[in-house]
Amino acid sequence: MEEVPHDCPGADSAQAGRGASCQGCPNQRLCASGAGATPDPAIEEIKEKMKTVKHKILVLSGKGGVGKSTFSAHLAHGLAEDENTQVALLDIDICGPSIPKIMGLEGEQYVEDNLGVMSVGFLLSSPDDAVIWRGPKKNGMIKQFLRDVDWGEVDYLIVDTPPGTSDEHLSVVQYLAAARIDGAVLITTPQEVSLQDVRKEITFCRKVKLPVIGVVENMSGFICPKCKKESQIFPPTTGGAELMCQDLEVPLLGRVPLDPLIGKNCDKGQSFFIDAPDSPATLAYRSIIQRIQEFCDLRQSKEENLINS
Amino acid sequence: MEAAAEPGNLAGIRHIILVLSGKGGVGKSTISTELALALRHAGKKVGILDVDLCGPSIPRMFGAQGRAVHQCDRGWAPVFLDQEQSISLMSVGFLLEKPDEAVVWRGPKKNALIKQFVSDVAWGELDYLVVDTPPGTSDEHMAAIEALRAYQPLGALVVTTPQAVSVGDVRRELTFCRKTGLRVMGVVENMSGFTCPHCTECTSVFSRGGGEELARLAGVPFLGSVPLDPELMRSLEEGHDFIREFPGSPTFTALTAIARKILDATPAGLP
Repeated sequence: MEEVPHDCPGADSAQAGRGASCQGCPNQRLCASGAGATPDPAIEEIKEKMKTVKHKILVLSGKGGVGKSTFSAHLAHGLAEDENTQVALLDIDICGPSIPKIMGLEGEQYVEDNLGVMSVGFLLSSPDDAVIWRGPKKNGMIKQFLRDVDWGEVDYLIVDTPPGTSDEHLSVVQYLAAARIDGAVLITTPQEVSLQDVRKEITFCRKVKLPVIGVVENMSGFICPKCKKESQIFPPTTGGAELMCQDLEVPLLGRVPLDPLIGKNCDKGQSFFIDAPDSPATLAYRSIIQRIQEFCDLRQSKEENLINS
Repeated sequence: MEAAAEPGNLAGIRHIILVLSGKGGVGKSTISTELALALRHAGKKVGILDVDLCGPSIPRMFGAQGRAVHQCDRGWAPVFLDQEQSISLMSVGFLLEKPDEAVVWRGPKKNALIKQFVSDVAWGELDYLVVDTPPGTSDEHMAAIEALRAYQPLGALVVTTPQAVSVGDVRRELTFCRKTGLRVMGVVENMSGFTCPHCTECTSVFSRGGGEELARLAGVPFLGSVPLDPELMRSLEEGHDFIREFPGSPTFTALTAIARKILDATPAGLP
């Protein structure tokens, strides 16, 4: 029976394609040819391009549908409220690009003068077009986004990702390797079915040495608009994000409750902060955004100290 | 690609249904699980093949996390839930050494495992094989469809939530089905409203109307709406049989109605 190589030596290792565990792997010939050993020149090109980008933040999950795109969009809106802050939002969810819809964009790339967006969604001519691409083609698109888009002077580049720990995630980390990513924000809901995937995402971050800024627990409680009593629609049967963060020693950045206005505004392509400035969800978001900014500033000053010392 | 494949391990499976979305987190695994439980209650033998390699949710939903997969002479033996072997499961979740282990694979390696899951699992005799998929329209979906094509799947159940953001992705999934020649059995709208347990007010937490509109746009049947139900969530978290434990709930009514439509849409008397 054909064995899938669990002990893959890595495409760029000296043993690539030659190891015992490479036998039968579909990539064996490619690896043995040495193609994986030479670093992709795009990595240096991207490093150059990213010199004008101060902070790069990835928004990850592992689990789908927890609110990564919603969070990415509102992180972008929140940061861009200061008109002196230049924000760029890059959507690398190639199969399910939600960002154009959530930002209310049909093809134009600027939401505000200081908030620009890039997504494969802009390249599709019809809302029914499916992007049925295998890994290598998706990787090529991500490389293009990073290398060929003229990002200009940007204070924050936020990268919204699809769920999982696969091609898109490996590629964005690989291509931005030389350009230094500040860190990743991980989104979860309180349920174990989410947490179990997010733990894997944390494992992924550790594997690729990506700093974890912290975890956001989304859909954390619901306040009935009529009787104002709270219910747990997604019960935290195994202790929610709080316990997971304690166990894995990562910061819990905050909890965002479920507010039906969030979904409504995303559908309309508007910032939820404008429609519901006093909602507990808005307040939660603002506190989380502040913590992210503090993390980025701290990292920047640590680096400057290192350079100057 | 084989044209007429040797029957092999799928010879005893009467009907194959794929559960797709395009959008993550809409409830594909939930619907796969509940559909399997409902079909079992209707007296059918059901298998679930979980091809979500990065986020395998199926083991936990059946309380089977930590179970091991054994080899038999025809390949991998699926994990059986009970003595009667009325429900059997296969998932990468059973192959991981630790639950937090991440499957960080690129496309080709994922494709290879999915092909193995299709051809090398000794399912035996089943009335239905439900194939639970990850979100998207990429490697896993193409690999699963290519591997299953020779066995003529009954079709796809497409899951969405009511929001436009969900419908937007699921429209693309419907295009995927069309392009790959996979018949769409219908659309299920999940998370359709939440009834407050304190005052019974029903709130459209994730907007409304998307599922029916999607079905209408795509010209496919609308199979039904399933509400947001914390008891259902809890059952899935703890691996219990919601269908058996909550027969009085509106959620049970919705789920069994969907299963009924699948049973009615299944051609009878095929070998």
